[in-house]
Amino acid sequence: MTRASNLRRMEKEDQINLHGMWGSTFTKRVELALKLKGIPYQYNEEDLSNKSQLVLKYNPVHKKLPILVHNGKPIIESLIILEYIDETWKNAPRFLPGDPYERAKIRFWPSFFNQQLFEGVGRVVTTDGEAQEKATNDLFEKLKVLEEGMKEFFPGGSPTPSINGENMGLLDILMCTLFGPYKIHEEIVGIKMIHPERNPLLSSWLMAQRSNL
Amino acid sequence: MAEVKLLGFWASPFSDRVIWALKLKGVNYEYVEEDPHNKTQLLLQHNPVHKKVPVLIHGGKSIPESSIILEYIEETWPQNPLLPQDAYQRAMARFWIKFGEEKMATICAVFRTAGVEQEKAIQEATKLLKIIEEQGLGDKMFFGGDGIGLGDIAFGWLAYLYEVVEKVSAVKVLDADTFPQLHAWIQNLKEVPVVKENLPDHQKLVGHLKRRRETHLALLNCHN
Repeated sequence: MTRASNLRRMEKEDQINLHGMWGSTFTKRVELALKLKGIPYQYNEEDLSNKSQLVLKYNPVHKKLPILVHNGKPIIESLIILEYIDETWKNAPRFLPGDPYERAKIRFWPSFFNQQLFEGVGRVVTTDGEAQEKATNDLFEKLKVLEEGMKEFFPGGSPTPSINGENMGLLDILMCTLFGPYKIHEEIVGIKMIHPERNPLLSSWLMAQRSNL
Repeated sequence: MAEVKLLGFWASPFSDRVIWALKLKGVNYEYVEEDPHNKTQLLLQHNPVHKKVPVLIHGGKSIPESSIILEYIEETWPQNPLLPQDAYQRAMARFWIKFGEEKMATICAVFRTAGVEQEKAIQEATKLLKIIEEQGLGDKMFFGGDGIGLGDIAFGWLAYLYEVVEKVSAVKVLDADTFPQLHAWIQNLKEVPVVKENLPDHQKLVGHLKRRRETHLALLNCHN
């Protein structure tokens, strides 16, 4: 079956709009998810300092991005958007496995990505001198935890491009959008965040993703 | 059926929500009381990263973190569904569950503060509770609609724990006049048999939180 015929039958009026910011990891996650599923969408670049009326209408509580609007219905929070996409468009790749326990194991990590890693990377990129040294060491500690944690998803030791074995799944999307731009990090900050010696599994995972994309 | 075990703590709202979900689904389980100051090997073994309760152990497999446990319970025991079928409604439910978790500390900040700081904390809590009431609950009887769902389970602490927090902190935030819908929801939730029969002892909770607040205030005074 072709991917096109696997797609959930799109109604004539099916409208998907993504409001986001080009530099934001959270926006990139949703863009990658939509592209992986082959879902056509319209992208609206938003300026944080001058949010459009639409953003204020769709996200009055948080006023944050990204916002996915599906046929007029807004969904916010990147992780919730990713689950919504996976549940609405059930074609491959599936972002979460079918088994409830496997899903629970994967669901443990997004908050680690959001709270520990995302903020950790931010601190390394926005500080210098002693503060940056401390931030870098903190990040390396957290990457150690991630390296250990990911071992159970890659029992063979060397990853295929995805935790699901075939396609990009939820953790692949999180990993790819946060650490994918590592070359830029290295150029700008001069720090190799994921090093093949310190994080062999994470390094080879990133490499595998690069070649798959 | 594989054995189900819950490691919990009697005063923890995160434990309670798992108990309610299991009981609503009619799942038999063994409860193991954990002392946070004296954690068992079982807990350390089954939640090595965070070492916290609750942890659900199903057929030897461990699931930590209450929000993850709730989704696991919903998916493993589909009877009496606690999440809507519609993907958009599910996204909405998940948003409010996450919102409640992220804002819980701020809403309960009255507990950890005194004087001017507590005044500010009351204002912040009021703002957040208004958002939850108007946009989360709205005109519905329950967060889940006509019947209770994961949203109600996740916000359950507002219905029984918060009044204890207010009492020991000598404040009133969630009053019936300012929050008529939330108040109605609290009364309705407490009437649900599973909730009614599975609430921690009120007096015991008052004593427990009173002691904790005294510790907080003592620490605050040390730093002043």
